[in-house]
Amino acid sequence: MPRTEFSPSIMSRPVYAPLKAQGAAPALMLAEAEGAEAILELAAADPSVMDRAHLIFIPGGTGFGPRLAALRARLYHEAPSYPAALERYRKALLDAHMGTQLYLAGTEGLIGQASAEALAAGLPADAIQAEHRGSLARRMQCVHCKGVTEGVTTDPFTCSHCGLTLFVRDHFSRRLGAFQGVCVDAETPGVTPAVKEIKA
Amino acid sequence: MSALTLRVTEITPLSPLVTRFRFEHPEGAGLPLFSGGAHVVVEMPDAGVLRRNAYSLISDPLDGSGYEIAVRREDGGRGGSRFLHTKVSVGDLLRVNLPVNLFALDLRAKKQLMIAGGIGITPFLAQLKQLARLQMPFELHYAARSRAEAAGIALLPDLPQIHVHISDEGNRMDLGAILSGQPLGTHVYTCGPEGLIAAVDETAARLGWPKGALHSEAFLAPPPGAPFTVTLKSGREIEVGAHQSLLEALEAAEVAVDWSCRGGACGRCETGVSACHGRIEHHDHWLSDEEKASQTKIMPCVSRFVGETLTLDL
Repeated sequence: MPRTEFSPSIMSRPVYAPLKAQGAAPALMLAEAEGAEAILELAAADPSVMDRAHLIFIPGGTGFGPRLAALRARLYHEAPSYPAALERYRKALLDAHMGTQLYLAGTEGLIGQASAEALAAGLPADAIQAEHRGSLARRMQCVHCKGVTEGVTTDPFTCSHCGLTLFVRDHFSRRLGAFQGVCVDAETPGVTPAVKEIKA
Repeated sequence: MSALTLRVTEITPLSPLVTRFRFEHPEGAGLPLFSGGAHVVVEMPDAGVLRRNAYSLISDPLDGSGYEIAVRREDGGRGGSRFLHTKVSVGDLLRVNLPVNLFALDLRAKKQLMIAGGIGITPFLAQLKQLARLQMPFELHYAARSRAEAAGIALLPDLPQIHVHISDEGNRMDLGAILSGQPLGTHVYTCGPEGLIAAVDETAARLGWPKGALHSEAFLAPPPGAPFTVTLKSGREIEVGAHQSLLEALEAAEVAVDWSCRGGACGRCETGVSACHGRIEHHDHWLSDEEKASQTKIMPCVSRFVGETLTLDL
């Protein structure tokens, strides 16, 4: 699956560029499902990028594992989900030094959460690269109840915590790693726009 | 510019070349507090010429009882530091502009790493006092040629995070070692000669540090050069002397120009150029390379001109 090109939006909406190798610097890589293809292309462009890399892969039902393992990263680990990978990822950030590069590839939910975690650990924003691959599903925070709904693919959608019908905004919180969902029928309860699929 | 008239209350030699000056309010009033890294511009009326030099404050940012600066005597300079060293006595009144900070600590950092060369130790002396209050992790490296020249040693607290490197004693600063293995969230601050700042930038880039974590400050003294003439919008011509800056010449001619650092760093005196037949000698750290090449802007505090005519938007 190729890299996603998003249509222009408000300043707050994150934009993603293709991953660019920063040479054999210490690197932390986190890829999910089709994000594996971004890492394979990165390593093909500059094999030295894997020399000091710690690569964590969340297969998400894809079969990229053996090809990523063959890249011979310094450390390679597969995890069934982001929550399962989190302890290892946090430890890697805790042990990292300035000069470490972070490469993220996958859906916006993964990129947003992993970026927020890295920023909180002190990694400067300009040391983080992210490439979007795979599902267009969004991680949405309900601005009313503050609950986060993962994997949102339609606009509007129903908050999985409080049940409000929420409009999918492009307004993104870097701290939470989530887009903001706002009640769509506050003025006219029950009258909601037609449900559309979220597009790039 | 808002300036205070302050009394010199203490003059303390720190080394053969560096002297500390303390300023207090003549009526004992409290002075505005500041943050570590701030500087003041001191006005020095010297034989008909009004010199204004920027000096980093070295006293405690939260102590409003006085401002202290440490001045290195530059005998080859334009005379500002020599004026302070030779003409100023305890009890004198001098105009001191309110503190401005162009070199503040980024308080989002998890650790502050400070690198000083020579007299570049001054902003860090105030920052150390601020960091002690904040209880924030830090590391300071202070490099000097010889122990006699290292005026800052007397003012530095005796702490294990403070490292003094004296090159005469074979203890040169190893930037590669200092910048390797720093924890995530470390910010680097460099103050000193241009060569030191360039070396830190170069070493940090090689080790993969992002630019956003690097900070530096170098005040430039306006360099002397050949006299030149500028033209104002009105057609009026202003002569700039060999040892005078364009900003000083404009001030002497009573042309209003806003300014702050007077050392090519802050950008406040940026002035548009409407016509340039010749070459602007850009000496500032403010304009981008493209802006410098376009010759449509000049920083009159440090930059000069060679050629036929330079017309300013003033």
